[in-house]
Amino acid sequence: MSMQGGKQDILMVGVGGQGIVLASDILGDTALDMGMDVKKTDTLGMAQRGGSVTSHLRIGQKVWSPLINAPEADILLAFEKLEAARWVGYLKPGGTAIINNLAIPPLSISLGTQLYPADEAILGSFRAVTGAVHLVDGTEQVAGLGDIRTLNIFMLGYLSRFLPLEISDAQWEKSIARHLPARILDLNKRAFVAGREAAAGVDI
Amino acid sequence: MSKIRKLLSGNEAIAMGAYHAGVRVATAYPGTPSTEILENLSKFKDLYAEWSTNEKVAMEVGLGASYAGARTMVSMKHVGLNVAADPFMAAATTGVHGGLVVVSADDPGIHSSQGEQDNRHFARLGRVPMIEPADSQEAYDFIATAYEISEKYDTPVLFRITTRVAHSKSVVEIDMGADRAERNRYFHHHVEKYVMLPGHARLRVPHMHRRMGELTELAEVTPLNQVIEGDGRTGIITSGVSYEYAREVFPTASLLKLGLIYPLPPRLIERFAGQVKKLFVIEELDPFLEDTIKAMGIRVEGKKHVPHFGELNTGAVRHAAVKAELMTQATPAAATVAAGNLPGRPPLLCAGCPHAGAFFVLSTIGKRAKVLDASGRSEKESGLIITGDIGCYTLATYPPLRAMDTTACMGASIGQAIGLVKAGVSSKVAAVIGDSTFMHSGITGLIDAVYNDAKITVVILDNGTTAMTGHQDHPGSGKSAQGSATQKVDIAKVVEGAGVRNLQVVDAFDIKSVRSAITSALGSGQLSVVLVRGKCAITNRVRKNKRQVDQDTCNDCGVCLMIGCPAIQKKEGKLYIEAGACMGDECGICQQLCARKAISAEGKAG
Repeated sequence: MSMQGGKQDILMVGVGGQGIVLASDILGDTALDMGMDVKKTDTLGMAQRGGSVTSHLRIGQKVWSPLINAPEADILLAFEKLEAARWVGYLKPGGTAIINNLAIPPLSISLGTQLYPADEAILGSFRAVTGAVHLVDGTEQVAGLGDIRTLNIFMLGYLSRFLPLEISDAQWEKSIARHLPARILDLNKRAFVAGREAAAGVDI
Repeated sequence: MSKIRKLLSGNEAIAMGAYHAGVRVATAYPGTPSTEILENLSKFKDLYAEWSTNEKVAMEVGLGASYAGARTMVSMKHVGLNVAADPFMAAATTGVHGGLVVVSADDPGIHSSQGEQDNRHFARLGRVPMIEPADSQEAYDFIATAYEISEKYDTPVLFRITTRVAHSKSVVEIDMGADRAERNRYFHHHVEKYVMLPGHARLRVPHMHRRMGELTELAEVTPLNQVIEGDGRTGIITSGVSYEYAREVFPTASLLKLGLIYPLPPRLIERFAGQVKKLFVIEELDPFLEDTIKAMGIRVEGKKHVPHFGELNTGAVRHAAVKAELMTQATPAAATVAAGNLPGRPPLLCAGCPHAGAFFVLSTIGKRAKVLDASGRSEKESGLIITGDIGCYTLATYPPLRAMDTTACMGASIGQAIGLVKAGVSSKVAAVIGDSTFMHSGITGLIDAVYNDAKITVVILDNGTTAMTGHQDHPGSGKSAQGSATQKVDIAKVVEGAGVRNLQVVDAFDIKSVRSAITSALGSGQLSVVLVRGKCAITNRVRKNKRQVDQDTCNDCGVCLMIGCPAIQKKEGKLYIEAGACMGDECGICQQLCARKAISAEGKAG
């Protein structure tokens, strides 16, 4: 299995509770199954308390550092817009940004001490780096499927179109099944397909 | 022999390696980034694993198990080894019977700790060998070697990891056929080895020195240390995760990768130095390797260019290499865009957290919003000083609660409170401590307060679990690390048994009771304890009758926002409660605080 450029650095970011670590675990295991070297590192600890979450995932023939260096991420997969903006400096020029169209305001916004950045400011900061900026209505789409907790698998489905790895549907199903309990598997498989289809019309 | 390949974290790999090396006893106190080691070991039924009351006890239990001949693992975060330093030094002196490996998980960059310290110094202090893996495969492989060294050289072995190794996942080839051979499990009476009277200890010290000499010889030849041949221009000495960064940044350099990082091999290092034009050490935190190499009389550079604190990464290593003129290539274009002044997203107490009500009360009694400036300072005493401790509740330091004045280390809140009143502050002093931290090292402080008649109020926040590190059981939870039911240590009885006469036990979600208990305790003029009990919002899965705001009744007074509940938010000037986050009937604090009764259960407005 060869990849363009020899490696893929994928930075996943969002807010505690959005299932980011699970999404990167699934992709990491999938890449391992395909014979790639994989390293990943998550911010843990206080993330469960609603803080920022990041997961660095590096795939290649041989990976040394577990951390992605800024600005060298090939793909930034953001589950929330403010978190996307926070990590824009990690994206390599011309890299791919996939941003879920969701705002989770931190408490300072409700307390009125700070302002949530406008969409245009966030997207503008990405467009200064790359033409490949994809704003995705992920939360809205998975709400339509019945459970917003499947957002992580939807985002993984969307991301799957952008990976320079040929991963079969059967392989994805196997990887997802390995990480999720049977009773929510069908729902998540539908979320994955929905994410994949949402990216179908996108110019990659 | 069957082998499988898996993506494992460093902690998972250590647990698996320890299991396959035949570990029979494992002890720990939870602490990021070390917690998952014991969590994973406790799943195996053919060994004994315990959450100990604190790291000192964990080390003592481990030492006893080792004396009994069992291969034993004791794991803790870096500051845990401060707590366990006394029995650790004793273990270093007595030596072992069954192999004893002590895992110290350092936290460069302070991801989740009260400070940064380089625990490699403990190896020198204790005159014990230290092993450091660079990734999960080494974490798995090196454990077996650590046990062989421990038993052969009659010494505990320090196994040092850092957050980045503990919590990164990388590919591990696991030997599923590894045998957990039973070794000699018995205690042999040997008072000169195990009873550290001065006369006996004096006999052990020469042994410790002899063993370091022998271990230095081992360091010269052990496969834990490897030379990676390169172009000979730049020679890099490194260990741990720094090796991964060095390898990526210097693909053609010669490397001496140390796995046994104490004691160091002088002849190997001298030989390596002779083969390269310029010698450079890449290590996180202190110049531990560098200073030792310099003391050998070898010219080497490192910390002149590499940062002394924080975590390294490939960017930082490249930057240091350019400064040291080892490469001319500039770092890849720095981020072309600044993220700008974005709102931060600090971690918060959860929606429905049982600690929030008590902190709201302390915050309002202390008039914290008025007294403290934006940076949390006030030159004048506020009338209420709140000493804090280590746990989720330390987050109450952040706005809007801002209800904490100190946090030092596990259990310090009570001792600090005693010190403040004995020094004669004019304010009242409350110490706030969680249940697991109270068990860990709050009890001795409380006994000191009883004994020395310190007129402080101790607020014990009891959520029945060690929440911050991921909900581990503890002596008050009624369940062991391996899931069996066990005798609950009753905090109220401990407090009364210690001699505290003013104890009140209140429901965390009854804000009136919490307020009246804390107010009367602070006003009592005597040593008082308020035990605030409520289930952790993360472990409590019940969600019924979520609260909502009646927009017509709400006058936007903002009191509910002062709880710091993440479910209570404001959009376009209107307060609302995020239904996905609200705990409903299990909490209800916002409803109790709303003077206009604008908050009610869903569908029960008016």
